Amino acid sequence: MAGPVLEMRSIVKTFPGVKALSDVTLTVRQGEVHAICGENGAGKSTLMKVLSGVHPHGSYEGDVLFEEETCRFKDIRASEQHGIVIIHQELALVPYLSIAENIFLGNEHAKRGLINWNETLRHATELLRRVGLAENPETRVADIGVGKQQLVEIAKALSKKVKLLILDEPTAALNDEDSGKLLDLILSLKDQGMTSIIISHKLNEIRRVADSVTIIRDGHSIETLDVKAPETTEDRIISGMVGRDLENRFPERTPHHPEEGTAPALEIRNWTVHHPIDQQRKVVDDVSIEVRRGEIVGIAGLMGAGRTELAMSVFGRSYGRYAGGTVLRDGTEIRTKSVPEAVGHGIAYATEDRKHYGLNLIDTINRNISLTALGKVAKRGVVDEHGERQVAEGFRKSMNIKAPTVFEPVGKLSGGNQQKVVLSKWIFAGPEVLILDEPTRGIDVGAKYEIYTVIDQLAAQGKAVVFISSELPELLGMCDRIYTMAAGRLTGEFSRAEASQEALMRQMTKDKEVSR
Amino acid sequence: MSTDSTAKTPAPAPPGSKNASGEGLLQLMLDGMRRNMRQYGMLMALGLIVVLFAVWTEGDLLLPRNVSNLVLQNSYILILAIGMMLVIISGHIDLSVGSLTAFIGAMSAVLMVEHDLPWPLAVVLCLAIGAVAGSAQGFFIAYLGIPSFIVTLAGMLVFRGLTEIFLKGQTLGPFPKGLQKIANGFLPEVGPETNYHNLTLLLGFALIAFVVFQEVRDRKRQQEFALDVPPFKLFLLKLVALVSAVLVVTLLLASYKGAPVVLLILGVLVVGFGYLMRNAIIGRHIYAIGGNLPAAKLSGVKDKKVTFLVFLNMGMLAALAGLVFAARFNAASPKAGLNFELEAIAAAFIGGASMSGGVGTVLGAIVGGLVLGVLNNGMNLVGIGTDYQQVIKGLVLLAAVGFDVWNKRKVGS
Repeated sequence: MAGPVLEMRSIVKTFPGVKALSDVTLTVRQGEVHAICGENGAGKSTLMKVLSGVHPHGSYEGDVLFEEETCRFKDIRASEQHGIVIIHQELALVPYLSIAENIFLGNEHAKRGLINWNETLRHATELLRRVGLAENPETRVADIGVGKQQLVEIAKALSKKVKLLILDEPTAALNDEDSGKLLDLILSLKDQGMTSIIISHKLNEIRRVADSVTIIRDGHSIETLDVKAPETTEDRIISGMVGRDLENRFPERTPHHPEEGTAPALEIRNWTVHHPIDQQRKVVDDVSIEVRRGEIVGIAGLMGAGRTELAMSVFGRSYGRYAGGTVLRDGTEIRTKSVPEAVGHGIAYATEDRKHYGLNLIDTINRNISLTALGKVAKRGVVDEHGERQVAEGFRKSMNIKAPTVFEPVGKLSGGNQQKVVLSKWIFAGPEVLILDEPTRGIDVGAKYEIYTVIDQLAAQGKAVVFISSELPELLGMCDRIYTMAAGRLTGEFSRAEASQEALMRQMTKDKEVSR
Repeated sequence: MSTDSTAKTPAPAPPGSKNASGEGLLQLMLDGMRRNMRQYGMLMALGLIVVLFAVWTEGDLLLPRNVSNLVLQNSYILILAIGMMLVIISGHIDLSVGSLTAFIGAMSAVLMVEHDLPWPLAVVLCLAIGAVAGSAQGFFIAYLGIPSFIVTLAGMLVFRGLTEIFLKGQTLGPFPKGLQKIANGFLPEVGPETNYHNLTLLLGFALIAFVVFQEVRDRKRQQEFALDVPPFKLFLLKLVALVSAVLVVTLLLASYKGAPVVLLILGVLVVGFGYLMRNAIIGRHIYAIGGNLPAAKLSGVKDKKVTFLVFLNMGMLAALAGLVFAARFNAASPKAGLNFELEAIAAAFIGGASMSGGVGTVLGAIVGGLVLGVLNNGMNLVGIGTDYQQVIKGLVLLAAVGFDVWNKRKVGS
């Protein structure tokens, strides 16, 4: 085999308060397809941002060697000039420009600022043939499907004389057929001598296209395996992805045994949701779950599994297009068509994306906490500021929100403290069922423990808690029962005793064709 | 963005140390101002502009008659600015208010001049028409999801056209005496003969008492909650400044014909809407949808209803402005209210609103409106032509918002 084309040595990347990469070493050989896999938040994307110059040279420690030269990229343009092109998970195409215009965006065939259309179309047609896309290059990108758009992205990369192609979860948004085509294309590019890195956590894909796989966990590169070697089984990769020990990171919890005979606090039956734009795609497909009073029920799944979409569509149809299913509270069917209705039935949903969907960052702590239930601190439509302040002060103490006063804008708080404000806000609303979506994402270990304690207390008070997370240890540490989801469907249900990281991960990485 | 809370908050003023060592009031003032730049920035700018023109016009700016005039001249813009502030806080814009103002003026003339309706009835009808016009636009914006810029741009054309249709291109007047008095009149004279207008003095003193009471109570409450309060000397200074500002305006107005009726109306609107935005649930919801719409939706805020109401309210205030304007000039003209929407929008932005919504106060809109009003008036007095006036006003708007952006970036919030 050929020698290494890329070497990343002991990469360390720190963000304020978080060490995203602590020690990552990656070696990619010339002409291979190299997979990188790991849990959400393991550091895969950060590593690729270091490589492609999104995080410029100097903002990280360690060396990047490409074609035996040390790289000092100051931005994406610099890395592209060296032939390293990254295709992000969220496509970066302009929908209302044509395929050809998109392919050469920022890199136009032009003379003195005027575009040479003949050359543009000729070259575009050639590139489209190379990626196997039979479309007129003058078609608007908005008029072709996501799968084809992905191919346009690759054509765009090829137009830049790419030597190393990085694909970040390229099939996450694609259906099976499009995924298959894309993987074939990666293999055919490999035959033409292209080196590529593919980030994925679909193990069947990795087995199909990759030559070797590097596993990243908690900001460390754990190992690099030869995919073609017989000992590299899916189980072997899974144990690499999850293999960490559970220390005392969770509060002592007495597992809850639900009483037989009573109706679950929340039951979701046959819930199906279509994608808001691509209406053919089922984002949530016939999912039924239940949670009882005092129970903490986990939903495990990787990115794109449909967990958040399930929760948000149940909570006031806040996501996608409803296509069927019912919600029951204590055995009675309820309407949850709007958020106020859902809240009125005692359901709360604390979002995974607190900055965009959870908090008004420019407003103060007290006003964020009271927003969902202003009626509780108001008389005849007038807010009692005194009472509101007392409520907020109460939460500041009980939740240990670190801020000088409750009049601090929440935008100035750290992630952990913002999360505590989100939880306070929903606890103040007084729900019976709490759906917590990634409640510990992006916060430090100490704050995590505090939040686990709060969740535990809520369950002890008889609330029903749905705990959505992609961190398996925390689900195993906190939940009485765990569901797994993959590609929009429920793929498993585990009791606390049955659940293990390996067993969960196996169900989470199940793709449609495998589960058949 | 989200750094450690303790690291980013400006360190509280070193307690006592500077205070006790008596380093001087000036230092304290500067410290206080620096910390509250955004609140005081525009107020100071207003003060500066007043002083500048007072000197430049050799005191003419502050002649009792001129102060009275200033209020009358700007009343309708200030009324619009209050409504516009709410619209902008909720994350929208309303370009139709100038045309709507003219349209309501026309309707009022049709009702009162052509059909001889009693003026109180006509006023109520006009406010209702304004509310309907506003809610029609609100319906398209809130429930059909058409961007407010487009809907109100259409409204701007529609209402301007309707104005001309109803007036048949003519100017209609005069209005009944009762209505004229609202726009041009003064509070009635009561009590013994003094050199001042008694009722105005009384109202002024009541306002002073209220301000002092409010400030003292706020300070006490803050201390109760062990909040960081400004040092007592600074508090006293602020109180003195507030009281003397109110006193000066009161005396100026009282030494002429007294407080104009519109000033009273404006006062009620400012206090009412100020209270609404600060203390009412609906006010909170307006800030919430402007500050982060998805988060507000997921918090159960009925965003569509709130947006609808904001535009309904804007329509009603535009109607009020239209009535005041028509009555002031004692005629409804097809060209009334030209560019009023721009003045109101400028007032809101000068007064601290943010393009992205979620920020601003009713008082800010008034301060912004007064900055423009004093500029207008002062420049007229010193004889600057309208050509230069526009250039200067444009630059002031740019500078005010530019300063705000710069200041925000510096604070890093």
